[in-house]
Amino acid sequence: MLKDEDRIFQNLYNDSGADIESAKLRNDWNGTKEILEKGREWIINEVKSSELRGRGGAGFPTGLKWSFAPKEIGSRPHYLVINADESEPGTCKDRDILRFEPHKLIEGCLIASYAVNAHKCYIYIRGEYFNEGQKLQTAIDEAYKNNLIGKNALNSGWDLDIYIHYGAGAYICGEETALLESLEGKKGQPRLKPPFPALIGLYGCPTIINNVETVAAVPTILRRGAKWFSSLGRPKNTGTKIYCISGNVNNPCNVEEEMGVPLKELIETHAGGVVGGWDNLKAVIPGGSSMPMLPKEICDNMKMDFDACVENKTGLGTAGIVVINNDQDIIKCMARIARFYKHESCGQCTPCREGSGWMWRMLERMAAGEATPDEVDMLFDVTKQIEGHTICAFGEGSSWPVQGLIRHFKDEILERNKFDPVVKKNKNIPYLVDQHLLEKENA
Amino acid sequence: MSIKKIHKEQPETFKFNDKSMEAANKIVSNYPDGKQQSAVMALLYIAQRQNDNWIPLKAMKYIAKFLDMPYIKVYEVATFYSMYNLSPVGKYFFQVCTTTPCMLRGAYDLVKVCKNKISEKENVLSDDGKISWMEVECLGACVNAPMMQVNEDYYEDLNDKKMEEIIETIYQNKIPKPGSYSGRISTEPVNNRKTLLGNKNA
Repeated sequence: MLKDEDRIFQNLYNDSGADIESAKLRNDWNGTKEILEKGREWIINEVKSSELRGRGGAGFPTGLKWSFAPKEIGSRPHYLVINADESEPGTCKDRDILRFEPHKLIEGCLIASYAVNAHKCYIYIRGEYFNEGQKLQTAIDEAYKNNLIGKNALNSGWDLDIYIHYGAGAYICGEETALLESLEGKKGQPRLKPPFPALIGLYGCPTIINNVETVAAVPTILRRGAKWFSSLGRPKNTGTKIYCISGNVNNPCNVEEEMGVPLKELIETHAGGVVGGWDNLKAVIPGGSSMPMLPKEICDNMKMDFDACVENKTGLGTAGIVVINNDQDIIKCMARIARFYKHESCGQCTPCREGSGWMWRMLERMAAGEATPDEVDMLFDVTKQIEGHTICAFGEGSSWPVQGLIRHFKDEILERNKFDPVVKKNKNIPYLVDQHLLEKENA
Repeated sequence: MSIKKIHKEQPETFKFNDKSMEAANKIVSNYPDGKQQSAVMALLYIAQRQNDNWIPLKAMKYIAKFLDMPYIKVYEVATFYSMYNLSPVGKYFFQVCTTTPCMLRGAYDLVKVCKNKISEKENVLSDDGKISWMEVECLGACVNAPMMQVNEDYYEDLNDKKMEEIIETIYQNKIPKPGSYSGRISTEPVNNRKTLLGNKNA
């Protein structure tokens, strides 16, 4: 288990309060000015050598992303956008950061915007997190009052304004270009990449978009050194991560742990074990609903980091672990996830808009045992037609969980679905049946 | 992208009141000059709050004028996002999350209670006109499942009994306490906490 002093988010459970006085006791805003004085190059290099990877799902190296921003401000201003549109089923880590550790996020915003030359920072919070947004606003007001942000923040000569922008309940706005569209006051439909937002983003200006957890971790990394951060976990999968463990466990919880912690340890130690014991485990979705599920055999020895997940044909995603035990109907669970994707598809690309509905309807029939055995392969084919044929990664996100189900639980689907539409008995059939179907010679 | 019905009976006029106007002007000032269109989402939300939790067509036209943008663009935004109600909802608007993590922990039991105690169908007002309910997709509190949102507050760690109590409390003209109903304040593991104990005891 990770030592308590190595945890970044000390107030994850709100033991000491989120206001600025308590935050300062937790070492927030300590030496921030000195960090800024070391310069952009140093900050970016330090983040690079800490090997911090984006915590929003894709796992892109943060230092590298920051280095894509133009070195000098040209004719267009730069923007920093924080993605707090946390909507992935199974994930609720950013919510705790917004309400209990807002000063870590604001401090991270200051450092990040200094590193990427941005004077304006927008925090895009999902509309449902209204109360969390209010708490963050209180913290932002406190920071303005103490001259931690605003004009000449911390007397460092850097100006930074932070604004909150609320979403309105669209999952797709967690995709970075859809988020920018939404921030510009349009429908949240993703843009084609390239051009990447680092060059042409918000209002056509260079924009760096980071997840809440990534940015909130940066101040602690810079204070304690990249070496400390990269000593946790293993190369390319360094540091700590907040895992959200939900579903059929005795004590669902959020917990910050080292990268590469065994999945079994997370579930048994922190979440109080699977309901009905470890042997009652059926499957685990390791990284939020869009990552393929894993059956128990793999979960036994699974390590939770980016590369280990990819080796097992899944992904760490947002580390929202959904545990499903044997009391549940696994096909129904996936049908519900498919319904989620059908509901949330933005409707821009045909394969996703239509395909997500197809997948949902087929899975509902499979859950009810009304499908033919051939349809299982047909469903797999549909998922392959969606994957890679859409503008954004939503296509992958909606088809991977279905692929995971078919990959690991095909036998169970086949066992339930034996419906055969062709009439085999050719005697005693009422005349209403098309007769030509019965004569095999003519077929 | 969800299908939404525009309410048949629309009010004749819509105008921001002073409070809304102040909030709207403040939000428009958050964005660079000439990019006031960015404020459309926030303004729709302000209009919704002012107008008993739903947005009439007149409000969209008003906002279009306010931000100097085409009406259809406002209409697009209002119909795209699921949090804008285009027809009236109850004063207490129950949104029950039924996505898989909540479903695994019994979200459909809550839906059953809603059907019994509020109304048989979604988006239909209860007998006294106070409450309406609907199933929604993931609200981002999966660790506290099953949960629901009533207006702006989250009610977490529910079960059918607690759900009944909440509905009864509202029928008795009281406001139930938001937050977790299993005795925790956040997302810590109940009775089994192994981390950050130093902070807890401090």
